[in-house]
Amino acid sequence: MTALTLTNVNKSFGPVHVLKDINIEVEDGEFVVFVGPSGCGKSTLLRVIAGLEDASSGEIRIADEVVNQTPPSKRGIAMVFQSYALYPHLNVRKNMSLALKQERQSAEVIEQRVSEASRMLDLDAYLDRFPSELSGGQRQRVAIGRAIVRQPKLFLFDEPLSNLDAALRMNTRIEIANLHDQLGASMIYVTHDQTEAMTLADKIVVLRDGRVEQVGSPMELYNNPVNQFVAGFLGSPAMNFLPAELMTPGDTRILGVRPEDLSIAGEGQIKAQVMHVEHLGGDTNVIATLGEHQITARLFGQHEVQAGQAISLGYSPDRTYFFDGDGQRLA
Amino acid sequence: MNKARTNPLNTAAMHGALILYTLIALFPVFVILINSFKTRKAIFREPLALPDADSFSLIGYQTVMKQGDFFLYFQNSLIVTVATLFFVLLFGAMAAFALSEYRFKGNTLMGLYLALGIMIPIRIGTVAILEMMVATGLVNSLWALILVYTAQGLPLAVFILSEFMRQVSDDLKNAGRIDGLTEYTIFFKLVLPLVRPAMATVAVFNMIPIWNDLWFPLILAPAEETKTLTLGSQVFIGQFVTDWNAVLSALSMAILPVLVLYVIFSRQLIRGITSGAVK
Repeated sequence: MTALTLTNVNKSFGPVHVLKDINIEVEDGEFVVFVGPSGCGKSTLLRVIAGLEDASSGEIRIADEVVNQTPPSKRGIAMVFQSYALYPHLNVRKNMSLALKQERQSAEVIEQRVSEASRMLDLDAYLDRFPSELSGGQRQRVAIGRAIVRQPKLFLFDEPLSNLDAALRMNTRIEIANLHDQLGASMIYVTHDQTEAMTLADKIVVLRDGRVEQVGSPMELYNNPVNQFVAGFLGSPAMNFLPAELMTPGDTRILGVRPEDLSIAGEGQIKAQVMHVEHLGGDTNVIATLGEHQITARLFGQHEVQAGQAISLGYSPDRTYFFDGDGQRLA
Repeated sequence: MNKARTNPLNTAAMHGALILYTLIALFPVFVILINSFKTRKAIFREPLALPDADSFSLIGYQTVMKQGDFFLYFQNSLIVTVATLFFVLLFGAMAAFALSEYRFKGNTLMGLYLALGIMIPIRIGTVAILEMMVATGLVNSLWALILVYTAQGLPLAVFILSEFMRQVSDDLKNAGRIDGLTEYTIFFKLVLPLVRPAMATVAVFNMIPIWNDLWFPLILAPAEETKTLTLGSQVFIGQFVTDWNAVLSALSMAILPVLVLYVIFSRQLIRGITSGAVK
């Protein structure tokens, strides 16, 4: 069974064409991440799936049922928002149980589901507090709890970690991954952060300008990007792109090489000038310039490299990617 | 924090200015109040003196109580004001929600059309309104006043409230939709509580002109049983002789309910006026 099938989904706001012929399948129990730069339409796509926006054309199926005309609350989905969107006038318990009350579930079912969710998310101590009395991380857990109690066919996460600080973001990320394992539910997760995408996803959908650029597992996309955009978007620091003619005169292609595939070599292919060095302890990032081009090398361990120094970087030819002038990958 | 703000001289100057303004604003009220407790002679001899043993008199209040059915006027004013506020807030908030929340053809045009009412005084249409009221048989009923004041208050209410409703988080409304709340529940349970300060602002801005209005009560509902307080007080003002004791006493009593309503709304009001400025 597929949890979600999108067929030729289009969305326009007046003359602005935001989503262009989107075709995506989400298998049952799969964790799918929509990733892309801001303004690429990923949040709009999520809102179309949720039913908060109507698709201009195309078909949306959730659990093999066409839901184009179904209101959000009847689609069997639950959504977690970036801004938490907790009801300010209700305490945690009531925030979580409101949807169940609307579905006219019995008091026992509500009680049982709420206590189960609050146990999973460590919220037992806060059930009688109001959202204003909670920290950001706790609020986000309540928002997730509100989604869990509905036992939806499909979870939708809209950049749920963007409002949290770095440490909390990492913890919550792991919590969401655990949650996915425990519930075995189908989840769609929208983010602009490639780290979240790489760490959480079974399948990543890379979007740009309302189009799907590539779909695949994180490692597939990382090792085998179809174009320069996907290659540059996934991976941190990002892939280096240089005109190949710097190395081989007359070559019109664009050379792509990942920072970790570069190493300091006596007779390397690239001769550059070190501009800045980031010492991270475990890694050393060297940012160097080659004429007007900037190149980043990620060296494992600690290296004594000074800014201003001349450096020679080498790479192995089988760890390179080539793109044509339009950014399409060349074999 | 900013040094200039904690400077005691600046603080003193600021408070001085505020106190001065308070005095200026309260002075007429104070004069009305003290003079309402004085004899007629004392009012004219020393208008600013406090009532003492010689000049103290309740004659004004006695006249007011005897002449006309003052409690009825009072009740009429209260009914008209409270009912109008209710309708203005209810319909104003609903229209504002629709304008700020839903995309439909002519949304902007509708907003502009409603805002137009702020710029055009409703009194221009008095003759037409009177004709309409005569035709519908509403003359000399409180409904005539309530309807006119509601129409008068709506434009500003829609204008202010729609601005505030735009600031209510979209995510919150969408969370409600996904949880299966109806649009009415979202409006009443989620959005209205969040724009309460703005509602209080609208209520106060509408309340005082309605309570004090003489024009429409005089034209649309001058009958004895529908007289408002302001209109009722006019019987003491004659072309040649004015019963100042009675006028001042009536005015003193008229201030009271407005004061009470103001206190109810004021805590919200202060938040409403300053919100956005200090976040």
